[in-house]
Amino acid sequence: MTQVKTEKVRIATTSLAGCFGCHMSLLDIDERILQLAELVEFHKSPVVDRKTFQERCAVGLIEGGCCNAENVETLRAFRDQCDILVSVGDCATMGGIPALRNLVPLEECLREAFLDGPSTVNPTGRPPDDPELPLLLDKVYPCHEVVRVDYHLPGCPPSADALWAALQALLTGAEPTLPYPLLKYD
Amino acid sequence: MSDRVSFTIDGTRVEAFRSQSIMDAAMESGVYIPRLCHVPGLDPWGSCRVCTVKVNGRFSTACTQPAMTGLTVENDTEELNDLRRDLVEMLFVGGNHFCMSCEKSGNCELQAMGYRLGITAPLHPYLHPDRDVDASHPDIMLDHNRCILCARCVRTSRDLDGKQVFDFVNRGSDRRIAIDPGARLKDSDADVTDRALDACPVGALLRKREGFRVPVGEREYDHVAIGEEDGVDPVSDLWDES
Repeated sequence: MTQVKTEKVRIATTSLAGCFGCHMSLLDIDERILQLAELVEFHKSPVVDRKTFQERCAVGLIEGGCCNAENVETLRAFRDQCDILVSVGDCATMGGIPALRNLVPLEECLREAFLDGPSTVNPTGRPPDDPELPLLLDKVYPCHEVVRVDYHLPGCPPSADALWAALQALLTGAEPTLPYPLLKYD
Repeated sequence: MSDRVSFTIDGTRVEAFRSQSIMDAAMESGVYIPRLCHVPGLDPWGSCRVCTVKVNGRFSTACTQPAMTGLTVENDTEELNDLRRDLVEMLFVGGNHFCMSCEKSGNCELQAMGYRLGITAPLHPYLHPDRDVDASHPDIMLDHNRCILCARCVRTSRDLDGKQVFDFVNRGSDRRIAIDPGARLKDSDADVTDRALDACPVGALLRKREGFRVPVGEREYDHVAIGEEDGVDPVSDLWDES
């Protein structure tokens, strides 16, 4: 593949079924963010508010798992457009908090949330069904159950140091490894 | 006939009494064999399979295999650690292990084993089984979602507490810990002082109102890998010699 060599590495990030905590943790690298800004150009990412891919990216960071059809579509676009795809955080690697709904049938979830909940006021008497809303999946899936994922960085969220260590490795072409204290599932 | 036997683990000579298991001999000699269901002082159980080693070329659980003279035991090899990784991943996907909201996180042996083996994400499909929580007891919580069926509570309650509060019911993937048929924890002899509660390696059996008492950063496995607590850090070892 021929690609015009640019000075900065293009990276893309997104939050699927997540809470943006992993993105916040990325901001938590403090002054190292200046170093990062010299090394990378944020392409499709909430950091720069770009909504679509115009160019191929070297690295894609995925926060969150897949709970609806839009998540799946976004994740597939990331897989298509990114050379290296990284699941960041417990929601992306194992479903995380959104996957707690996997322990309850979807219909029961919707009924509790929109019909029978103790504080619910819903004159329509049915769950939201506007065609604009993405359809929910039967379960919440970790990213690697939907597309091929190259690396997994667990944590809720992964610490700023863990994210920095992983990014440094990826940007220098090294195999990302984590020292013991940085590998966490919580 | 001597009651002492001698064999090797990864090339290191280990001495043991004839009645000891490979696991007990290894523990006495300071050789760490990863394990979840085995605890010193309880009869071997052999259910978690994490202590699987190769004995004279054949797979065997170290906690149930008697030590004998002349055995060649492989333990810390890539092949065995790969198998252990698969076993631990299967324990993660077979239950409902949400570390981010679990009171045991940081002190959990299953989680610590994941860290030690370098598991970044279990890649087997998640089963998300439908399991109950028994919070009926005023001081104790039993969360079946987190249970790995190691029988440590079963054995501790029976052999050390002298109570036999817990046992297994059902078979295969339906197997679970139970009190008497139809009974809940509040109907049992279980007490907050039972050693069975301390025996649980995961967050399945917990004392109520004690969660998150130890801050992040000071928990058992925050900085030190499971199996390295009392062992000699190999890096320090080299420094001592130089």
